[in-house]
Amino acid sequence: MIKVINYGLGNILSFINLYKRLNIECGVATSSRELEGATRIILPGVGSFDHAIDSLNQSGMRPALDELILEKKLPVLGICVGMQMLAGSSDEGQRAGLGWVPGSVKKFDLERVKQLPHMGWNDVDPVDAEGLFKGFGDSSKFYFLHSYYYECEQQAHVLATANYGADFTCAVKNNNVHGVQFHPEKSHQYGMSLLKNFSEL
Amino acid sequence: MLRPRIIPCLLIHNKGLVKTLKFKDPKYVGDPLNAVKIFNEKEVDELIVLDIDASVEGREPDYALIQKMAMECRMPFCYGGGISNADQAKKIIGLGVEKIALSTAAVLNPSLVKQIADEIGSQSVVVVLDVKKKLLGGRYEVWINNGRKNTGKCPIELSKVLQDLGVGEIVVNSIDADGAMKGYNLDIAEKIHKNIHVPLTILGGAGSLDDIGALINKFGIVGAAVGSLFVFKGVYKAVLINYPSPTEKDNLLKRYLSL
Repeated sequence: MIKVINYGLGNILSFINLYKRLNIECGVATSSRELEGATRIILPGVGSFDHAIDSLNQSGMRPALDELILEKKLPVLGICVGMQMLAGSSDEGQRAGLGWVPGSVKKFDLERVKQLPHMGWNDVDPVDAEGLFKGFGDSSKFYFLHSYYYECEQQAHVLATANYGADFTCAVKNNNVHGVQFHPEKSHQYGMSLLKNFSEL
Repeated sequence: MLRPRIIPCLLIHNKGLVKTLKFKDPKYVGDPLNAVKIFNEKEVDELIVLDIDASVEGREPDYALIQKMAMECRMPFCYGGGISNADQAKKIIGLGVEKIALSTAAVLNPSLVKQIADEIGSQSVVVVLDVKKKLLGGRYEVWINNGRKNTGKCPIELSKVLQDLGVGEIVVNSIDADGAMKGYNLDIAEKIHKNIHVPLTILGGAGSLDDIGALINKFGIVGAAVGSLFVFKGVYKAVLINYPSPTEKDNLLKRYLSL
């Protein structure tokens, strides 16, 4: 069963509802005990980086998550700030990130992009046409709402890019660990396809 | 390429959806959940829902209704109405809402924007400014309590203050243009646009796709919020929820978007 991590931040209900529509089993985990039986994990997130990391640590699920993801290698998908948490650090805060996909989170340069946050529907250009972006073809649009972006240490971990002032990484992948900056749960059929793909990894 | 956003804006009054004319004469146009379902099918860019009673009646947001709408919504959802503190904002974000919209409370106390942005992040904090041009002198002023009370504040100056306090988006709602379907007020839009760097959304006046086109043509990446045009059809204003198809939208952007 797919488990959506509920640590007090992020859009849990939209994922539950969407997977219900797709007829795919999905539940919420608010404690380590509720992570039992998970086959895949979704890590949502909104708000500031430090607040998100603190909330996850305080949820008591961190040790169980480390075991499931780092040792048992369950597929995990971080979304928005949930993706940024996969990095080692962020310009937005002082806390250490999870460090599951080597990289750091930077703020867009306002001079270059003219408008912040980056808000709205933007084209996403996948590097790999398999996995999360299987079957996407040329046109895929997703909804973005953020002012910070992921900078991978290794080019091999860049899964997709988008353009805002310049190309930036909007999806990452390091083995079983995935992250997307946009909101698939709010991106109509593109988001549904991506979340369906995640359930089939 | 980032696209401008074309956003249906729904008003809630007595638990039903309504459309107003210059903030008056609410006309019932349907059930909120049903409208969300239809807008899902039409793949709209975003959805704004404003409860126009909450602040006037001084009551809390209707959390049960917000949760039902958010669960149904497969597009980004912005809710406004009756939010006056950070706890309420957090609770609403927890229900699956991407953005919360403040109006009266933030106009009276702009520092509320900072308090809320510190909790839920700037990207999720929207302020709606209801503006009206003074009869004499031609300056614009911000009104509160759903257009009932003039604060005398200048929307341009207030926008800059709100931006410094961490607002993530400003929605400018023209009271005179509301429901008139005669085009957006591009004048106030321009005055605010050139003074801020957060996303700007304009509400009030769209009567045709060409009106939306004119806004996009002038500002490029902008939010075009729409009331009447997407809930009424024809000269007799029969209620019919509608939205441009993906092809119509692509054509509109091709025709008007010159970046």
